[in-house]
Amino acid sequence: MTEFTPISAAVGGGLIGLSAAIGYLALGKVTGISGIFGRALNGDMGFGQWGLFFLIGLIGMPAVMHALAPSEHGFTAPAPVLVVLAGLLVGVGTRMGSGCTSGHGICGMARLSIRSVAATVIFVGSGVVMVAVLRHVFGVIA
Amino acid sequence: MIRLFALLMGALFGAGLYVAGMTDPAKVQSFLDITGHWDPSLIFVMGAGIPVAAMGYWLMRSRGETLLHQPLLDLTASAIDRPLVMGSVLFGLGWGLGGFCPGPGLASLLLQPTTAGMFVLAMVVGMLGHDRLIKS
Repeated sequence: MTEFTPISAAVGGGLIGLSAAIGYLALGKVTGISGIFGRALNGDMGFGQWGLFFLIGLIGMPAVMHALAPSEHGFTAPAPVLVVLAGLLVGVGTRMGSGCTSGHGICGMARLSIRSVAATVIFVGSGVVMVAVLRHVFGVIA
Repeated sequence: MIRLFALLMGALFGAGLYVAGMTDPAKVQSFLDITGHWDPSLIFVMGAGIPVAAMGYWLMRSRGETLLHQPLLDLTASAIDRPLVMGSVLFGLGWGLGGFCPGPGLASLLLQPTTAGMFVLAMVVGMLGHDRLIKS
């Protein structure tokens, strides 16, 4: 259970949108994390190795922010076994479905791609089902 | 120049995830918890992010070329096919189970190395497993 934080969410969303906007405008690319990371795992960093430099910024910046301007949000993660299982599902699912919350949910929705709208509805839907099961069947969520 | 843009994009993206609280798995799970203590904050992430991204897309289209003279978006798939549906179902289940999607998992690596490290490692196994075994 977390507090409703619309302002920080909108500011963060704006920054993410700005990143995706630059991706389109400057590179002509979709700023989709599962795509960038998945291709990098297969040895494809993109032209000029842009994928590698993107990932350095993505991984490094939160630590810089935390040192300079810590956010109001905490960090509460599920049990390790659930995190590992989640990672496997996210890995297989995002590669099979060609995208995740960024590639489909932000970038694809932004150009009204019918595939991305469908994907976003589906993964939010199955995420809601999973959390409902965790809460009502297993009582894992407080 | 490409590398500078890419680094800036990654930094903006990482900052956005951190500021929005998407690096807290509980925040994500609370967003999906519509039958419990629902926290709708993440709607505001999409509500702000999508229009800003759409402006970049529209500018790219109307200029007809990118700032760095790269080819415009080369996406081929257009239909809602079986892999898209199946993959999105699996991704959503994992997203709800762990409270991590790929971006926040990577963005949390330095701040929460143990938990995010486990998630990312499992995600790598899932991605490579898919790419090598299922789609090969």
